[in-house]
Amino acid sequence: MTAFLTEVGIPFLWIVAHGAAILVGLLIFLAFALYMDRKVWAAVQMRRGPNVVGPFGLLQSVADFLKFLFKEPIIPDGANKVVFLLAPLITFTLSLGAWAVVPLAEGWALADINLGILYLFALTSLGVYGIIMGGWASNSKYAFLGALRSAAQMVSYEVSIGFIIVCVLLAAGSLNLSAIVMAQKDMWFIFPLFPAFVLFFISALAETNRPPFDLPEAESELVAGFMVEYSSTPYLLFMIGELAAAILMCAMATTLFLGGWLPPLDIAPFNWLPGFFWFFLKTLFIFFLFAMVKAIVPRYRYDQLMRLGWKVFLPLSLLMVALTASALIILRGGA
Amino acid sequence: MASWIGTIFEKLRAFLLLDFIRGFLLGMRYFFRKKATLDYPFERGALSSRFRGEHALRRYPNGEERCIACKLCEAVCPAQAITIEAGPAQADGTRRATRYDIDMLKCIYCGLCQEACPVDAIVEGPNLAYAAESREELIYDKEKLLANGDRWEEALADNLKKEAPYR
Amino acid sequence: MLAPLLTQIAFYLFSAALLAMASGVILARNPVHSVLFLIMAFFNAACLFILMGAEFLAMILLIVYIGAVAVLFLFVVMMLDIDFVALREGFWNYLPIGLALGVVLASELILLAALPTVALAPAPPPPEILQPNIERLGEVLYTRYAHFFQMAGIILLIAMVGAIVLTLRPREGIRRQEAARQVSRKREDSVEIRKVQSGEGL
Repeated sequence: MTAFLTEVGIPFLWIVAHGAAILVGLLIFLAFALYMDRKVWAAVQMRRGPNVVGPFGLLQSVADFLKFLFKEPIIPDGANKVVFLLAPLITFTLSLGAWAVVPLAEGWALADINLGILYLFALTSLGVYGIIMGGWASNSKYAFLGALRSAAQMVSYEVSIGFIIVCVLLAAGSLNLSAIVMAQKDMWFIFPLFPAFVLFFISALAETNRPPFDLPEAESELVAGFMVEYSSTPYLLFMIGELAAAILMCAMATTLFLGGWLPPLDIAPFNWLPGFFWFFLKTLFIFFLFAMVKAIVPRYRYDQLMRLGWKVFLPLSLLMVALTASALIILRGGA
Repeated sequence: MASWIGTIFEKLRAFLLLDFIRGFLLGMRYFFRKKATLDYPFERGALSSRFRGEHALRRYPNGEERCIACKLCEAVCPAQAITIEAGPAQADGTRRATRYDIDMLKCIYCGLCQEACPVDAIVEGPNLAYAAESREELIYDKEKLLANGDRWEEALADNLKKEAPYR
Repeated sequence: MLAPLLTQIAFYLFSAALLAMASGVILARNPVHSVLFLIMAFFNAACLFILMGAEFLAMILLIVYIGAVAVLFLFVVMMLDIDFVALREGFWNYLPIGLALGVVLASELILLAALPTVALAPAPPPPEILQPNIERLGEVLYTRYAHFFQMAGIILLIAMVGAIVLTLRPREGIRRQEAARQVSRKREDSVEIRKVQSGEGL
């Protein structure tokens, strides 16, 4: 019995506690990220944004959360009940589950697995299921159209994200996220791979259905896309899931291109701060860019989105892979 | 030759996303501008003296009701929101309304009632926040209207004075 | 000590789930449910791969099969307008053929396992893993089997070109958006300012 406790019980409890800590921290961060998103958007449009709940409106997300929680969930007549309720759960679980491998600081990843980056890529590519299931199960034309669009959109942009990840992998020589960060000790990958970073940033916007690629939602033509029929807690789960996926993309950009938890310069004033702080700051900066894009770029039309994905991003990212590989062979002298 | 270089620059502009960078800088400029919106419940914009808000029935300075139940407002009201019943003639030969109801849910705030009123009794005041939780509360009777008049008299009189030259 | 036991428990859990999901695929009345069961079956298979230490295969299964292929499956099945009554109509007609096929397959499997001469040799114990299996896979695939790999790639490319050629039909009179031309358009090309005399028009 004691053997069971020491060998299985305590490590298991430790993992659960670690996971819970990451989850709670992440959810709190999400609440404030949503607030920041709205504030930035408002500021560019010379509005005030949320400013009533709590000091400076800081508790707005909490109020929204409670509101969604206490509303009545409506399941439309003719909807496929099980799938309808399963869909938001899937989106939510997948986007939170992906955080298990993100190295928040040196050795802080819940699971520092060998194929961390592939795991992230796999889970983000599964995210499409929540949307397509939700759209189908709603038994509504608008929801279904939104789901179809989003499935095609996410599958298209996954391809170019995959190639960009390959560029980083070639440069880092490992699929382990911590190893990728450590490979950027001397120089962040954003400098040699800047075009890849730009491609990644834009593809990440499309992959997470953020504006200007928020066609699945497309308020102007599809009302709210796959979410039309959702209300109350299922809707809340969709919202949190989408936001968590967007922030996950920011964290991924930080890990792959901005040197993760590494300080910008390894000298006195910078390396006093703990690694987590730098990771947090960089992720926040990328998210700020996400919010700014939302404010300054108009939405793409659907055919423009597809053209951009297949005719521009796919060739460019393939070219980036070829260039990176050639440069590495020339620089490292291997063949 | 020059146009050839120009084309190159045009392509570069698209390829380097210069338009987006300029858009970002423009966005950042607006980011720090003074806000154009008000902090509404705490800050309010100026209202014109012609603003047509919640209705009120006014009194003369000696406390007597102005309304003489002529029913001009009832007749002119395009939404037929006003209902008036007149009482018998008093000692001085004037009448008073025994009932003066306005259905605020029907009212379209056109202001024709205050234009029609010969004695400046019914007016639309500057109050715009009087939402209620039930429909019954929004059917105003004479008492409610007179109470409004007493409450807003200062502002109402001021507005009427400002508008006097144009009427 | 206990870790292998836990691994075994996990194995039976995942394989039981896999079998349940697989039977769900053929038992579900609604084809969309079938595809969803299929996806769950893939997922459980990926979990089994991880248990066996083949995490690269597991991730590729997730990314390629679930993330891309099954999405397209789901896409197509969802778009179909399915008449459930018509689906069940031929059930009794096809039942004998299906049963016969099943019996033949099952007896073949049993024969294979039972005959001593062709008995399946027990799998050799996996060699001690010193490097991540993605590196080993890469080494084998891109050195020893490099030519086969490239041939497979070319076959896939031909298949893709073939599919495009078969479905592409050139259509006349279609106006397409040319983003490059729009982006490079300048003000001088399209705007002309003219003084218009009053009462004369352009």
